[in-house]
Amino acid sequence: MNMPFYVAPEQLMKDRADFAQKGIARGRSVAAVECADGVVLCAENPSRNLRKVSEIYDRIAFAGVGRYNEYDQLRIAGIRHADIKGYTYSRDDVDPQALANQYAQMLGQIFTHETKPLEVEILVASIGFDTEGDRMFHIRYDGSVSDEDGFAVLGGQAESIRERLASSYNENLDFGSALQASVSALAGDDRTLGAEELEVAVLERADGGRCFRRLENDEISSLLS
Amino acid sequence: MTLPKFDPSEDPGPSFSGLMGRYPTDHGSIVADGYQQSDAVEITHGTTVVAARYQDGVIIAGDRRATSGNLISHRNMQKVFPADKWSGVAIAGAAGPALEMVKMFQLQLEHYEKVEGRPLSLEGKANQLSQMLRGHLPAAMQGLVVVPLFAGFDRRREVGRLFAYDVTGGRYEEEDYIASGSGSLFARTVIKLGHSDSNTKDEAIDLMIKALFTAADDDSATGGPDSMRGIYPIVASITSDGYAELEEDDIAARFERLLAEFTSRGSAK
Repeated sequence: MNMPFYVAPEQLMKDRADFAQKGIARGRSVAAVECADGVVLCAENPSRNLRKVSEIYDRIAFAGVGRYNEYDQLRIAGIRHADIKGYTYSRDDVDPQALANQYAQMLGQIFTHETKPLEVEILVASIGFDTEGDRMFHIRYDGSVSDEDGFAVLGGQAESIRERLASSYNENLDFGSALQASVSALAGDDRTLGAEELEVAVLERADGGRCFRRLENDEISSLLS
Repeated sequence: MTLPKFDPSEDPGPSFSGLMGRYPTDHGSIVADGYQQSDAVEITHGTTVVAARYQDGVIIAGDRRATSGNLISHRNMQKVFPADKWSGVAIAGAAGPALEMVKMFQLQLEHYEKVEGRPLSLEGKANQLSQMLRGHLPAAMQGLVVVPLFAGFDRRREVGRLFAYDVTGGRYEEEDYIASGSGSLFARTVIKLGHSDSNTKDEAIDLMIKALFTAADDDSATGGPDSMRGIYPIVASITSDGYAELEEDDIAARFERLLAEFTSRGSAK
């Protein structure tokens, strides 16, 4: 009988984390900003079809970075979770925290038990009826959750983007200035990003109904100018 | 409530009803084996709904009364609903299953749109409703008949379209106008006399108002304008700008004008 090689648990977890981080670092980043008008989600994404940002429910949006097929599955699972919950109870009972916890459970389970961890990082963002009620949960490949305050950055170069965004962020921004801050943080100092390279969606602060809306290229350009 | 996860071969895709079918819930079925509808149990019924095309799209409208036998059970029931941004659905028949069908239909369209990233075509939406009706057929055979109308703006063809249904799920696209429910015979006749595809929005709305008023005048199960309680039929337009319900004040004013016209002609006697 062959004995498997002993691998220390620390080493095993570190190898998996390195693997997942490498996968995530290859992709482009997403920035999300809470502001007076709602939440702006902005991704550097030249594709019009393989979306990074999408709608989950009335007041909840989703953003994912890393491997497209993996975060897209998580997106669909989130929509299903939210729609079933809203149908079974009420639309008011669908909340982002329960969804974030479920995502964390799923990612954590896969990270420790499956052959390969998911190479993704996701964000669950929701708007309240005022800025106080806005919430963002950042969930990593290993299932760790952080509650982000004001803005969040996902993806490979998250650290430097976060620093740039922190310097221009304040909670009284409107959609236009929040988008400008996100785009210049994503771009960095030595390049500029135009509407064709961006995917932008907003959660608009409204009293009811579906608050998620994608911005078309001309609207992005006019907000950026 | 956990995150639903499926094997690729089991995945329900963008269908919400397919998802609910694979997801254990404690909902009971509405169809009871071996039971026939009993006369002792009065089912709540919704009554007259109408829709017609006009130059910019379609108008869809319905009265507000629900009856249980000879009793009025609700005076302000909603029978006209947005199905999604560019379409509306109106229901007549057994109120409980009809409302559930609308809720499911709305979710089905929203779920598809979110999962797939684009909305269903208008034809696809009309077919979805048809399939839901076919699924409801066993309950219809036991007396819980639901007959909806579906109207929407076809964004590919840039035109408003109307669909009528029967209990078996039969789907019939109509060119000019449709009506369903107990007062539909009267409403349909009124629309027939005043209808034209080139009607303006104002003309189309007034025609719907007149049709519903006439239905209420001759059919006891259809509710007329109730100025005492401030309850008026729901009227909505669906155009390239989407589904928009008319203001209640506007509808009330139109009924007043219609009544004044009838009174001056002496035809309300």
